[in-house]
This record gives sequence, C-alpha cells and structure tokens, in this order.
Amino acid sequence: MLLPQEADKSLKLNIMPLNKKIRELKEKREKVLLGGGEQAIEKQKAMGKRTARERIMTLLDDDSFNEYDLFVEHDARDFDMDKKSLPSDGVIIGTGTIYGAPVAVFAQDFTVAGGSLGLMHSRKITKIMDHALKMKMPLIGINDSGGARIQEGVNSLAGYGEIFFRNTISSGVIPQISVILGPCAGGAVYSPALTDFVFVVDNISKMFITGPEVIKTVLGEEISMEDLGGAKVHSETSGNAHFFARSEEECFDQIKKLITFIPWNNQQKARMFDPGEPRPEYDVEKVVPVDPTMPYDVKDVIRAVGDNSDFFEIMEHYAKNIVIGFGRMGGRTTGFVANQPLEMAGVLDVDSSDKAARFIRYCDAFNIPIITFVDVPGYLPGVDQEHSGVIRHGAKVLYAYSEATVPKLTVILRKAYGGGYIAMSSRHLRADFVFAWPTAEIAVMGPEGAANIIFRKEIMSSDDPDSVRRQKVEEYKAKFANPYVAASRGYVDAVIEPAETRKFLLHSIAVSENKEIQTPPKKHGLPPF
Amino acid sequence: MKQYENLGILNVGATLYHTRLSRKYKARKPYRTADPRLILSYIPGTVLDILVVPGQKVSTGDELMILDAMKMQNKLKSKTDGRIKNIPVKKGDRVAKGTVLIELE
Repeated sequence: MLLPQEADKSLKLNIMPLNKKIRELKEKREKVLLGGGEQAIEKQKAMGKRTARERIMTLLDDDSFNEYDLFVEHDARDFDMDKKSLPSDGVIIGTGTIYGAPVAVFAQDFTVAGGSLGLMHSRKITKIMDHALKMKMPLIGINDSGGARIQEGVNSLAGYGEIFFRNTISSGVIPQISVILGPCAGGAVYSPALTDFVFVVDNISKMFITGPEVIKTVLGEEISMEDLGGAKVHSETSGNAHFFARSEEECFDQIKKLITFIPWNNQQKARMFDPGEPRPEYDVEKVVPVDPTMPYDVKDVIRAVGDNSDFFEIMEHYAKNIVIGFGRMGGRTTGFVANQPLEMAGVLDVDSSDKAARFIRYCDAFNIPIITFVDVPGYLPGVDQEHSGVIRHGAKVLYAYSEATVPKLTVILRKAYGGGYIAMSSRHLRADFVFAWPTAEIAVMGPEGAANIIFRKEIMSSDDPDSVRRQKVEEYKAKFANPYVAASRGYVDAVIEPAETRKFLLHSIAVSENKEIQTPPKKHGLPPF
Repeated sequence: MKQYENLGILNVGATLYHTRLSRKYKARKPYRTADPRLILSYIPGTVLDILVVPGQKVSTGDELMILDAMKMQNKLKSKTDGRIKNIPVKKGDRVAKGTVLIELE
C-alpha cells in the first residue's frame, strides 16, 4: 500500500506533458511519412514517378488534404512478415478538395513493399470508398502497385474482392476515377475497369492481366511490357483508358478539368459556369461540305456551337470514328456525341458503339444532357465486324439512348442512313428535340445502294446500265436525300440553318431543365454487355 | 473548308467515302474458309506427342497429335477421312497460334 504522497509522486512520473506528447506524435508521423525510406523514394523518382503523397498534394487544392489511417499496420505472420514494418501499409487515404469540390482519395505507395495489396492496405482503401459513397463525393484512386501481397495469401484476394464490390455498388452513384501511375497488374486491373474514367501516363502506366513473362513461358510469345499494356496501347487499341497524358503533371490537370464538368453525385447536377460565346475562328457554316462523301472534323462543329469553344474530349485516340466528350451550353455541362466523318467515314462499328454507349450511360447516370451530332453512313461492313459481334455491340447504342432520361437533343448535320439514323438519338428512341440542317439526308440507305435495289430491273435490262444507274441515283437523291420527308412526319422538329444551331440548342436545353420521365419499375435492365 | 491529308476510300452501301482509314481496318485479314485437311494449332503451345506418321490412313475423329497448352494436354482429332500427307512440326516444337501441324490429303 502506497502512502498518499508516494502515490502522488508515482502518478506524476507517469504523466507526460502535452508538448512532449505532441512531439512524440510528430516523431511518429515523420517516420511514417517517409514511406519506404529515402532509398526507395530515390528509386521511385529515377523511374520518373512522384511519391504517393506528392501526387495527392499536386492533385488537391492547397492545404485541403486530411489524411486518415496513417498508423495502420499489417499483422501478417507468415514468411517472416511479423518482422517487417510497412509504414501505413503502403497506401495513403484521405479527403480533400479540387477547385472546392470534395473528393475522397487513395494513393498506393510503391516505395512500401512495392505498393502491394495486403489485408490492412485493402481495408484502408475500402474505408475511404465507404466514406465517399456515404458522403456522396467523387472517389479518386491512384494505382501504383506490384499486385497482391503474396505473403498474405487469400487475405489479399479478399481485399481485392471487397474493393471490386464497392466499385460496383458505387457505380452510377458517385463518380469514380482511376489513375494508373505505375504497374497495375493481375486482378488489380479490375478495380479501374469497374470505374468511370481511367487516366494513364506515357511510359509510367502498365496494365495487364498476365505479364510478358507469363505470356512468354506459357505461350511462347515475346512482347515488351509497354507494347502489352502501356499507356498508348490502352488509349488506342484496348479502349481500357479514357485519358492519355505525356506526364504526371498533365494527367493531374486533366483530372482537375474533368472534376469541373461532373457533379459530385447522381442526385446533383454539375456546377454552372459563366457562359461564354464560341470563339469567332470556329464558323459553323464553314465546316461541313455539302457533298456527303467528303470529310471534315466534327470537333470543329462542337467547338463552333459550345460555350467558349471548349471541348474536353474523352477517349480521343480510340475508335476515332465517333467523338465523345464534355462541353458546356449556357454554362451547364453537356455531353457531346458525334459521328466523325474524317475517320472511317464516321461509321458505327464494334468499338465506336461500345465507346458511345458507355458515355451515354455515364451522362444519364449523372444528370448531364446529351447533344448528338449525326452524320453517319451506317454500320461498317465486314466479316471481322460480324464475327466480333457488331450486332450486340451496336445494340448497346440503341439501348443506351433509349434508356437515357436526361434531355436528349439531336442535330442531323448531313447523312443519317438506315440503322445508323435510328441509333443516333433519333426521335424514335425518344430524343426530346431533333433538328436537321438543310444538308441533312435522312433516308433508309445511301442513294447509290437504294437505286441499285429499287431500280435493279431497269438498270439490268438497259443497254447502258451505268448511265441508267446514274440517272436513277440522281432521281432518288432529288426525292429522298433531304430532311423534308422526315420533317413531314414530325421525326424532325425543325429544319434549321447551321448558324441557328447554338440558338436552338441553348433554348431547348433551357426548356428541358425540369424534364421528368417515369419508366416502368424493374430491378435492372439487361443491356447487351 | 479545311483540306485533309492521308485520305482513303471506304465503301459503305455502294457509296464511296473519302476518309481516313484506321490502322485496325487496314490490318484486317481477308476471310478464308476453314480447310478440314489442315490441322492448325488453335492455341499457342508445345507439340507433346505425334500419334501418326506420313502416309497413314486416318478417319474422322482419330487422334493425331497432343498439343500441350495452358497446362492442358489437348488432343487434336481429324475432322475428315484421309491420308497423312505431311507433318511440318516435330515433337517438342513450340508453335504459335494458327501454325499448320498436320496436312492431310
């Protein structure tokens, strides 16, 4: 039994003063903030990469980052893992703002055990994902990881599964952005694949399910990491990435710009900006040649019509025959979808259908009106297209437009033939306003094809089939290659001069502001995935 | 109007369009009907065993070769009746997808 005085003394000895406690905290923090240590950081920089924390600081508004779970550690025991300390378990999580918009962020730290994903690492990621979903703010994930932490076995797999599940549940509720700033291989690729937008950087991003070594051993095919799953491949060939940048700096600028265009969640609309007129160098009357077989860059039409001629293109290098991206009309974010006559004549095919359909569904999920510019000759003919399933891929466009309940405005610039006409946000798929330029040709097929079928007998039985064919093509053109047949049925609401396009679109977007549509109750539809 | 370079011609519905052709389109392979007399590797792999010799008569369904691929021993069977004309590969060869393994006549 201690005497009262002695007890007092011993108590005092055990109490650390506040300033010392704070110092202790600071020391603990400093140690962890170094991540994998100076050597590992040097290695990271030598690869042209920033550290995870630098990345977050570059991306977020100054002094806006609150970090959580700094002191989380793993408790793995196998393979001598109990002797290893991995600061913050190789991932940084927190919340912050971008131009004032709240965002939840995680960034894998490659300097700590190669950013490998163990159980606690995954629990940190799922914690911030849960926050993002609850608080209805965008989630940004910066991926830089060697993959599963093999020493943690099935716990690591469980971690991935928990992440994928949350990606799926959050899909269409909050915007989800994936930034690939290092390797992202094996199962890990499925988190980005489930998110809305994937950003890649040349020479830094590497994504694949099975790497070059496995491919070589199993299949005997040799390929470099860059050629298999580099930034260019995913931006141009696979379509897995939506934004390509030459440097991390450029990539962060792209992400910040994207954030200005999208709402924080599916119950809100994107923020309004001060509207500005298109720049005078984009003259809408000087873009589109009247001859439907001649090319032009449809992005010039978008720029000639949109606020400040500002067009933020998505998937610029993939399936270039269709153009998608964000702009603004009267200060409000607008999704643009346009056939691109400059590339593959603007045909619909497997890849362009996939690209457009996903974007239309994105706009619909996040309350963004869609403007569609139509100049489409139809679907790309070919065995490879048919065998690659152009039927089910093409159907995605029909599905996406039909299902979308956001304001849908359509401008038919030139040709709109056959199935392509129907698919491209036609009246029949419940476009709200359909406009056509006087150059529009809305018909069941192109004049050449139609004349060959309708006047087949006359052409074949003639002594001079070529001249009869030409004459019949001209006849068909005169009668059907115009917007007035469709306008006479009300399939087109107004035939407008090109110079009137912005005026008509601004007005129809404004009157669609409170558009509401009831759809039959269902659990979910079955889009042709 | 702007002028554009590197334009090709794309035929859609008998109309000829002046446009840029994609790399994928230019690289597409013309379709060929499958020839039942050619046994091709439908997957890259290693020739584990050859069960027939040139000149041998075979019938539809006969096993001709074992191709080791994706940790599986795949039995390649004849799709037609005929005689083995040529076997351009040997045991242990690693073959790419689409390689001719056996020719029949």
